[in-house]
Amino acid sequence: MPSKIEQDAISGTDTTGHEWDGLKELNTPLPKWWLYTMYACIAWAIGMCVLYPSIPGLHSYWHGLLGYSTRVSAMAGWHEMQSMHAGAMAQIGKTPIEAVAKDPKLMETALQSGRITFANNCAPCHGTNGTGRAGYPALGDDVWLWGGKLADIETTITHGVRSADPDARQSMMPSFGTDNVLKPEQINQVADYVGAWWGVTQAGTDTTAGAKIFADNCAACHGAKGEGGRDFGAPPLNAHVHLYGGTQADIVAQVTHPRHGVMPNWNARLDPATIRSVALFVHSLGGGE
Amino acid sequence: MNAIHDLKQVAPATSLYANRQKVYTKDVYGPVRSIKSAIMVACLAIYYTLPWLRWQRGPGVPDQAILLDLWHERFYVFNIVLWPQDIYLLTGLLVLAAVSLFLVTSLFGRVWCGYACPQTVWTDLFMTVERLIEGDRNTRMKRDAGPWTRDKILRKFATHWVWFWVAFWTGGAWIMYFVNAPVVVVEFWTGRASSEVYAMTLLFTLTTYLLAGWAREQVCTFMCPWPRFQSAMLDDQSLVVTYQAWRGEKRGHGKGEAAEQFGDCVDCFACVHVCPTGIDIRDGIQLECINCGLCADACNHVMEKRDRAPWLITWDTLTRQKAKAAGRTEKLHLLRPRTLIYCAVLTAGIALLVYGVLTRATTNLSIIHDRAPLFIALQKGDIRNGYTIKLANKLQLPAQYDLTVSGLPALQLALPEQAPGFGNQAHLNVPAGEVGTFRLLVQGHIASPAGSRPLLHFTLHNATTGEARDYTAPFFTRAEQD
Repeated sequence: MPSKIEQDAISGTDTTGHEWDGLKELNTPLPKWWLYTMYACIAWAIGMCVLYPSIPGLHSYWHGLLGYSTRVSAMAGWHEMQSMHAGAMAQIGKTPIEAVAKDPKLMETALQSGRITFANNCAPCHGTNGTGRAGYPALGDDVWLWGGKLADIETTITHGVRSADPDARQSMMPSFGTDNVLKPEQINQVADYVGAWWGVTQAGTDTTAGAKIFADNCAACHGAKGEGGRDFGAPPLNAHVHLYGGTQADIVAQVTHPRHGVMPNWNARLDPATIRSVALFVHSLGGGE
Repeated sequence: MNAIHDLKQVAPATSLYANRQKVYTKDVYGPVRSIKSAIMVACLAIYYTLPWLRWQRGPGVPDQAILLDLWHERFYVFNIVLWPQDIYLLTGLLVLAAVSLFLVTSLFGRVWCGYACPQTVWTDLFMTVERLIEGDRNTRMKRDAGPWTRDKILRKFATHWVWFWVAFWTGGAWIMYFVNAPVVVVEFWTGRASSEVYAMTLLFTLTTYLLAGWAREQVCTFMCPWPRFQSAMLDDQSLVVTYQAWRGEKRGHGKGEAAEQFGDCVDCFACVHVCPTGIDIRDGIQLECINCGLCADACNHVMEKRDRAPWLITWDTLTRQKAKAAGRTEKLHLLRPRTLIYCAVLTAGIALLVYGVLTRATTNLSIIHDRAPLFIALQKGDIRNGYTIKLANKLQLPAQYDLTVSGLPALQLALPEQAPGFGNQAHLNVPAGEVGTFRLLVQGHIASPAGSRPLLHFTLHNATTGEARDYTAPFFTRAEQD
């Protein structure tokens, strides 16, 4: 409670009127520049509140006189980018994929578009930059289930693998174990034979029985020497790259009750030019043929 | 209460702040003024015309001799093109500028402040304009004290009008060091220049107008750090503008016998009236003195009228003044440890800078390993790693590079986005003055023990200039053989 405001004799400034144990405090005014800067800031803040979205309501909010919205401005940027590349993308859509690959200008757009589309749509399964993981093929290596040429990749992406598209890549490996085509012992023998190709079979194991089983049951799709068959999406088996793992147990599991990967047909989601761009990007990861 | 009354006696109510005493400088002529004017004209001429100097660098590159192209991250200085990586040279240049300032100050006092500092040059220019329109010191003082007549309004308006255009021209010329001058002039007046150009021109117009028209000596006294630490550069042997007190005192004038008791100084305040910072040089060396020596010119005229020797105010050292007061003469010591050390530092610095400019890398190489995938396993058991090459060709001609790699046996390289197929070498083409980005694949049969991470040594060879650069990057492989 200000009790007694008095003027200080020396400075000529009023005191605050408070007194604590005989101590009085000068009520020195704030520096003018400081005060006016603060007033200017208050005026600025009110101005911002009036012009921009600021005050929340129960069902809506104050939109501001300028009608600014971060969503609208982000979308405007997105549309601007789209229209910037519209010409090149239309050109990519009209040009055969091999011809696009030979055109550095179109390639610049295609690789950029492909990189972004891949990251948004493909990376969740195939990994960043096509790293791959168990069940989802790595895309940078030289193993291709359905072909590694530009046109092959484009077809695979367009129609998908075992997807709803009638033109999808289709194939089915028989369930040798669960359908009782092969006995567990035979499956072990063929696993020994296949595993020897990349050295997981113990040295000195007799693989003649396995070789016979392989020739009778597997070679039709996977090739006589396990070199793979792209017409059936049959992976090469004499390789160091394994879709479902490379241990003896992995082989046995796959032969007994095979898993089959599925990829959606992207023609339902992406336009042809974008699919072409993704195919070019995937091809450029290093495994393209 | 008594104690408070006593205090009031000791410490009267004073403000911590003082209003500026406006400085009305009087016109002066003489050798010092002529030199100062010549330097001013030279500085202004260099400032305004330098951006218009052309220097052919070939197609697609700006032909401005000195252009600090911030937008495109290039500094052009005649035949030298500096990239952001070369910014240390600018640091070197600034260090050298500081050392030369130290050297000059320890020799001749604050001549930079008095003659070449932009604040001094533009203040001088603005004062000249003011004098031409509003008249000399006495006329201006009388008019400023008088009422606002038609004549006063017109003259004031004219002064500020001219100031504003000088300031605008100054601000505009500043922009031309950062954007191509002939282009920006056309763009500026046709409304097509960028908003940055307009904003910066306005900013520098306003600062010039304020600093040279209004703030003037207050910039030197209160804003500039240099006067604050100049005392660290000056010593008893520095030549500074000096009032020779032993000659001048006792100040005053009289006739006949009364004249006998006085020194040469007649206490006419001519030195004070011409001083651009409004100080009295007879108080000795002081913070506000910018060492311009206009007071010497003013004093010389008075000495001449009174048949006394000129240069009562002169350039001299404290040591020599002490000696003269005692009737001795002392030699000038320009070469002393301080100046010699500054000279040595300056020489070494210049040598280093020249060496740096001449031997700066014309190629910048970095090879960055892909974050994902760390490695790619191939069908036959080989391991492949992906990298991104950033290759800056700082030369003004296109360059062809050969890239080879060592560190592991039988490695092969490929640039999948340029040409398919692996080989022992990769060929990279980068256009003049550009940065090339390439994706690089390296593969080989790696039979290294588990957990090891071999390093690859890349060698880049410029087929055009013969320059070679090395780069070391890791090669990742699977932790264990499966």
